[in-house]
Amino acid sequence: MFLNQNKMNQRSYFTHLDALESEAIHIMREVAAECANPVLLFSGGKDSVVLLRLAEKAFRPSHFPFPLMHIDTGHNFPEVIEFRDYRAKQLGERLIVRSMEDSIQRGRVILRSKNQSRNPFQAVTLLDAISEFGFDACIGGARRDEEKARAKERIFSFRDEFGQWDPKNQRPELWSLYNARTHPGENIRVFPISNWTELDIWQYIGREQLEIPSIYYAHERDVIVRNSSLLPVSYLVQPEAGESVQNMMVRFRTVGDMSCTCPVASQARDVEEIIVETALTRITERGATRMDDRTSEASMELRKREGYF
Amino acid sequence: MSVVENIEPDHAELLRFISAGSVDDGKSTLIGRLLHDSKSIFEDQLNAVTKTSNKRGMEKIDLSLFTDGLQAEREQGITIDVAYRYFNTPKRKFIIADTPGHEQYTRNMVTGASTANLAIVLIDARKGVLTQSRRHAYLASLVGIPHLVVAINKMDLVGYSQEIFKQICAEFSVFLQGLGFRSIEYIPMSALLGDMVVERGDNLDWYSGKPLLDYLESINIEHDINTLDFRFPVQWVCRPQTEEMRDFRGYTGRIESGTIHVGDTVTVLPSGLTSRIKEILLYNDSFETAFAPQSITLTIEDHLDISRGDMLINGGELPRITREFDAMLCWLSEQAFDPDRKYIIKHTTRIVKGLITRIDYRVDINTMHQESVNILTMNDIARIGMKVQQPLVIDAYAQNRGTGCFILIDEVSNNTVAAGMICIQES
Repeated sequence: MFLNQNKMNQRSYFTHLDALESEAIHIMREVAAECANPVLLFSGGKDSVVLLRLAEKAFRPSHFPFPLMHIDTGHNFPEVIEFRDYRAKQLGERLIVRSMEDSIQRGRVILRSKNQSRNPFQAVTLLDAISEFGFDACIGGARRDEEKARAKERIFSFRDEFGQWDPKNQRPELWSLYNARTHPGENIRVFPISNWTELDIWQYIGREQLEIPSIYYAHERDVIVRNSSLLPVSYLVQPEAGESVQNMMVRFRTVGDMSCTCPVASQARDVEEIIVETALTRITERGATRMDDRTSEASMELRKREGYF
Repeated sequence: MSVVENIEPDHAELLRFISAGSVDDGKSTLIGRLLHDSKSIFEDQLNAVTKTSNKRGMEKIDLSLFTDGLQAEREQGITIDVAYRYFNTPKRKFIIADTPGHEQYTRNMVTGASTANLAIVLIDARKGVLTQSRRHAYLASLVGIPHLVVAINKMDLVGYSQEIFKQICAEFSVFLQGLGFRSIEYIPMSALLGDMVVERGDNLDWYSGKPLLDYLESINIEHDINTLDFRFPVQWVCRPQTEEMRDFRGYTGRIESGTIHVGDTVTVLPSGLTSRIKEILLYNDSFETAFAPQSITLTIEDHLDISRGDMLINGGELPRITREFDAMLCWLSEQAFDPDRKYIIKHTTRIVKGLITRIDYRVDINTMHQESVNILTMNDIARIGMKVQQPLVIDAYAQNRGTGCFILIDEVSNNTVAAGMICIQES
């Protein structure tokens, strides 16, 4: 077989990355064993890239016991979409794509303006896809360090038949005895990397030598400075009166909706340099990069209650 | 050493701890202080908290605001059970289970404590050992947390008196003696002013121990897991069923305790069949040895019928295979225990129907007295008898956390209603 005798035998103790990895693998296998029809949400972003490596560790040499699915807002960076398709093909796993464009065509999503952020409406397309395929569990790459609503969410997060998260009515979660039971129509969102931080993700990407979309590394890009954020110029974002376009070295810390995901100034061209920057950075990941999370103190909480990831 | 390892090594150990105490003890301030002084607070969070502190007319920033809750909580004046917080130092990565002290403290604390290596119990130096201090320490010991830190806080309000510190230690240690902690550390501090949390400060020179963060970074947690008795509950059987791997059968799971080597004899429970370990695999790696709590895939020499819920063991102390056992149970649900109802029990990777056959007593967690009851409601801790439909492979929780714990799920609502810790009397 394709095995190499490993250094792990000589390892003197169990590192925090080993502990987080083992926990996440255990969680994925629990989903595979207990849920009838799970799916793994894969966007091409760094957190879901990590999820795929964890799934390889959990299930190889078998195929994954679930398909991959992406909810495409239509506002994704082309490099990320390209990477998504490349990675799914490389793994030989089935990728389902459901697009918000279809939800808009069918009148399920009504936008106020053509170019507005589509993040808030992802839940509609996601919930439609869940019912189309009858998924009872969606594995996602959310982390508790991202946001305070996430900090209080379970690893196995129960959603009612409307897809809603009720923060006051969560199932107690003790030890690693997860409760994956649902009635028809309900589902569980499962977050295997709940306990990982942004830094852990980068350290793991470095350790496992994972490929990620190119826009995570520093590159030259046209940006507009708006409200002390850098906005990437695209067909969705054009300079307003009085604004000027600058060409800067930037990288993305998250890769979401092009209209509201901001890069940060950076010279980091490889994982090691990103780890250094991440360790030294003084602004939270979402604070730096997501305009939509700044709208109100509770924006993530509200979105989650409506069925968002 | 590369620059990366200098800054934040990827080989730090993970320590999970819980902080128990109420708002009045300064628990939120202590967590805020730990995060702030260990430079784990980000600028945007700091700005938000500074703004709120100013709005409320405070001179300095209110550190407790870092652990402020959700909109749902603020609107309704409630606190949602457990929030998890993270911070790293060059030596360790920390996960804090932050549980509110007032409401539903038993349920919340048991939940947050179930995975913790260490508990911090806060005591207000002005008030000394209170009923709730004893309660928190008792719950920490019930859930089997090995290490306890008694944080004697608000020392600034008692003139940093060594005398008062000594009195509190003396009084509390009598109570703690019988609770079975592997280590107990008493640390005087002022979370508000920062003495002995991350920095030593100038006010507690008489204290020769380490500040809290130093202590958390250096405490030995290697022996928290049972390293002797190999326990491997099978989670999922890996059968690729492809041309070239038609006969491959991998038993996947996480080692709950002990160590295993290629060539070791293993017994499959409950069937009792034996075989030898052929390979220890994980993705493209193969290993000679694996240990708890690694998640791995095992292959064995013989073709045996093994499925999810079975457990592989290897000599040492034998677990029990039984349909009846006793346990300490914490009732978690708002819906009271109903003796006519069947519950589902999840123990390791096995899910069977179960029944509470007796309630021996309930523990009054304020006095530790045992009282006789015939009903269990939310936050009750009780000694009970369980009977299950299919045999379980169990250990005493005190010997083995992973194979000694279980949850009860209501068959109708699918809610998790209780958490249990198995007791086995030595015969």
